[in-house]
Amino acid sequence: MMKGLKKWRLFSILAALTVFLSACGKEQLSTLTPAGEVGKEQLDLMILSTGIMVLVIVVVIAIYAIAIVKFRRSKVGENHMPKQVEGSHTLEIIWTIIPIILLLILAVPTVVSTYNLADVKGMTAKDQEGNAKNLTVNVTAKLYWWEFEYPDLGVVTSQELVVPTGEKVYFNIKASDVKHSFWVPAIGGKLDANTDNLNTFYLTFDEKSEGLEDGVFYGKCAELCGPSHALMDFKVKSMDRDSFNTWVDSMKATGEETASAEGATASQGQELFEASCMSCHAVSGAGSGGGIAPNLTTFGDRNRVAGFLPHDEENIKAWINDPQYFKPGNKMPQPETINNGKKFTDEELSALAEYLLGLSVEK
Amino acid sequence: MSSIAQKRGFGATLWEYLTTIDHKKIAILYLLSGGLFFVVGGIEAMLIRIQLAQPDNDFVSAGLFNQIITMHGTTMIFLAAMPLLFGFMNAVVPLQIGARDVAFPFLNSLGFWLFFFGGVFLNLSWFLGGAPDAGWTSYASLSIYSPGHGIDFYALGLQISGAGTLIAGINFLVTIINMRAPGMTYMRMPLFTWTTFVASALILFAFPPLTIGLFLMIFDRMFGANFFDHTMGGNTIIWEHLFWIFGHPEVYILVLPAFGIFSEIFPIFSRKRLFGYSSMVFATVLIGFLGFMVWAHHMFTTGLGATANAIFAVATMAIAVPTGVKIFNWLLTMWGGNIRFATPMIYAVAFIPTFVAGGVTGVMQAAAPLDYQLHDSYFIVAHFHYVIVGGVVLALLAGLHLYWPIMTNKLLSETMGKWTFWLFFIGFHLTFFIQHFLGLLGMPRRVFTYGADQGWDTFNLISSSGAVLMAAGVIILLVNIVMSLMSKDYVGRDPWGDGRTLEWAIPQPVPFYNFEKTPLVRGLDTFWIEKQEGNEEGMVYAEPLGDIHMPNNSIIPLIMAFGLFVAAFGAMYHQDEGKGWTLIFLIIGLLITLGSMAVRSLKDDLGYHVHKEDLPSYKGGNE
Repeated sequence: MMKGLKKWRLFSILAALTVFLSACGKEQLSTLTPAGEVGKEQLDLMILSTGIMVLVIVVVIAIYAIAIVKFRRSKVGENHMPKQVEGSHTLEIIWTIIPIILLLILAVPTVVSTYNLADVKGMTAKDQEGNAKNLTVNVTAKLYWWEFEYPDLGVVTSQELVVPTGEKVYFNIKASDVKHSFWVPAIGGKLDANTDNLNTFYLTFDEKSEGLEDGVFYGKCAELCGPSHALMDFKVKSMDRDSFNTWVDSMKATGEETASAEGATASQGQELFEASCMSCHAVSGAGSGGGIAPNLTTFGDRNRVAGFLPHDEENIKAWINDPQYFKPGNKMPQPETINNGKKFTDEELSALAEYLLGLSVEK
Repeated sequence: MSSIAQKRGFGATLWEYLTTIDHKKIAILYLLSGGLFFVVGGIEAMLIRIQLAQPDNDFVSAGLFNQIITMHGTTMIFLAAMPLLFGFMNAVVPLQIGARDVAFPFLNSLGFWLFFFGGVFLNLSWFLGGAPDAGWTSYASLSIYSPGHGIDFYALGLQISGAGTLIAGINFLVTIINMRAPGMTYMRMPLFTWTTFVASALILFAFPPLTIGLFLMIFDRMFGANFFDHTMGGNTIIWEHLFWIFGHPEVYILVLPAFGIFSEIFPIFSRKRLFGYSSMVFATVLIGFLGFMVWAHHMFTTGLGATANAIFAVATMAIAVPTGVKIFNWLLTMWGGNIRFATPMIYAVAFIPTFVAGGVTGVMQAAAPLDYQLHDSYFIVAHFHYVIVGGVVLALLAGLHLYWPIMTNKLLSETMGKWTFWLFFIGFHLTFFIQHFLGLLGMPRRVFTYGADQGWDTFNLISSSGAVLMAAGVIILLVNIVMSLMSKDYVGRDPWGDGRTLEWAIPQPVPFYNFEKTPLVRGLDTFWIEKQEGNEEGMVYAEPLGDIHMPNNSIIPLIMAFGLFVAAFGAMYHQDEGKGWTLIFLIIGLLITLGSMAVRSLKDDLGYHVHKEDLPSYKGGNE
């Protein structure tokens, strides 16, 4: 019975692996379908280590299965007295040496890759005109949202990271309140956002996010950071370099003109926004980071409300009406505190929602 | 004084247990309270799995969920796994080395009561305004930021409990170094004693960093110190280092005694001596040593830099070698043996593939760049449950069945034992195997909910259903325990028939002085040697029958620990505005502790003698 069980388990592990590796998981989220060089390197390491480890498991299970089948009491007899073997130096040396060899096979690529992935020299590289050669993004993690600042371009956004494909993008990561961790599973491994210091690494985005189910890669906060840790998501849009440049230009342009709302409702929304929300939320993407609330310049282009709610008018209204309900512990004030002690009426909420949905640089 | 058990009233029995300093009774106290906390931690685990059974669930709120995961981890590690292991160490180690008790019986009792009051204090947080909510690792930025008293409960409770653990660890070190019976050289010590020894050494070196870390945190929160406040020159990463310099060895503090239990089980139920004894000992010591060298593998993503990550990656992989040696030695112990599948052996047999699976995912995480993907994802959750449940909890369940007769002179039901095993084992794999994939599919750990559109629904549901099976297994175990305690089927000495070490040679029920005469140890597997040579009694002795000196029971350890419990309340509420009584509480609590220490120091307590005329084997005065 034990034998049957073990075989069954081994078989199902292999079967499960095959199924999961090929089919399951969302392309925009799974580490098994990497869309960037870093993630691919990590997946290679995973396949190598899994291979070695499955080999170890197979050997162990083989000896194990034979031992418990062959030497059970019902086979060898109730009174059988086994030889009291002390040990075997040869065998003990063999199972010390072989694991060491297996681990060396894994250790060498591990060390190489560790240094590769930590190489951020390209961050400070300048071309002949003194401009940065590579794109650098400053990521600031806050309770419970993300700010993305492009220091060399003079552009800032939040909740949706926009990056060009096919090149290294460097990141400066820090937290402004408690520790968080910046993770885009489908692109590459994570790095903590510490409060004390800046962490740096790079990622490459080899595929455009346009073709994905949601048109974005999913980003996560991986370090417990309070009640709404689970909801601290962000999204990543990767696009070819030209589209990215266009995006940057339109972001810069938002600095020159005040976003003017189209239509009467939206104008009403804009007035409300300027009276109640403007002291925290910026609606211009030009400038630098450090905002106390998410920059809403690209709100209309976003994929989610507050990082996780479906992006529609209903949710925008519900969110503004009671942000603490959706993301407990976040820093957005309840509407009473910013609207002369009253909640927004349904009409006002609709106006705000319409105004916010109109904030766009991509359309 | 007589060694013959007497019928006693409930009050007398209770008093006996509150004042006992006998290692066998303290073992039972550890098992009872550890078992209680294990059930509490298990209920917390069930709440977690109910909440995560389906996406966008609102069974518990976000804040409450964080309290539950924090308390689940803290309880299981500090208040369940470790005390339960201490229970077995107390029950078995003195018997295994032929000692009358541990080296410091009074301290042994103090260690227990400190652990107990620390654990009670920690769990009272549920009723006094909220439990800690920054994860069992309590990373500094979040724990400093956390409002309310949750983190204070964590810091003070663990501080008291940790003091108890440190005392217990030192006690076992001294006991094993000093109190081995004549002839028991280090290389004749049974493996459970060896692993207890190494684990105790780890406690000695690993708990002080935790103590320091907790003190810094208490000072930050109570007195407004700024060790961890970066805006005032503090540094949060210091906490991570202090915590993991404790936290990584802690894993080995738990798993080495578990290895010890399995190293006892394989020879007994294979009727064959442990294969490669000396390499097992060497591997144990090496694992203990390397356990201290690898703490930063918990911090690969903290940003320590490539060199630190590379060094710690390779050092971590190195641990796989001695662990592998152990696995193969166990396999070869079974090889050529005569394997009997009694309940303890089933757990031991199940442990091998489970722990190997947990071990290899550990090696995968040791590859730092791969860990950037795996860290803080559900893959990690799967990994450490494979190690801690697959290693430690299986050992605890195995050890419970194995050593039950030594503690109670009865057996647990084999039928129910096997039901427990299968439910628990299948439930365990169902719960945690699938979590590897959840991690690979991008699910971070410690999330109280997840969106329905992320492809994690089915796996989470499977995981939760496995947890139900585990719970069912534990319930059957509890029934088994109660039924066994009520039964009158006494088993006597060496109930498994193939006992090899000294603890199986002792007559049942074990007299409170353990050995009338100190035994003489003539080799590894002492009892086995005597049995093979036809010695009916199972022991030869190193000394003639004489009076036995025993220490007196004492209520002082309980009072000492209680004083700290009272003081902790004073310390905790002292930071609140306008609570003058807190200072009084703090002072009274400390006075209780210091006062009882003074009483203990000033009052001579010389113990008493069990006269040889009262010993059962005394026959007329001449030996």
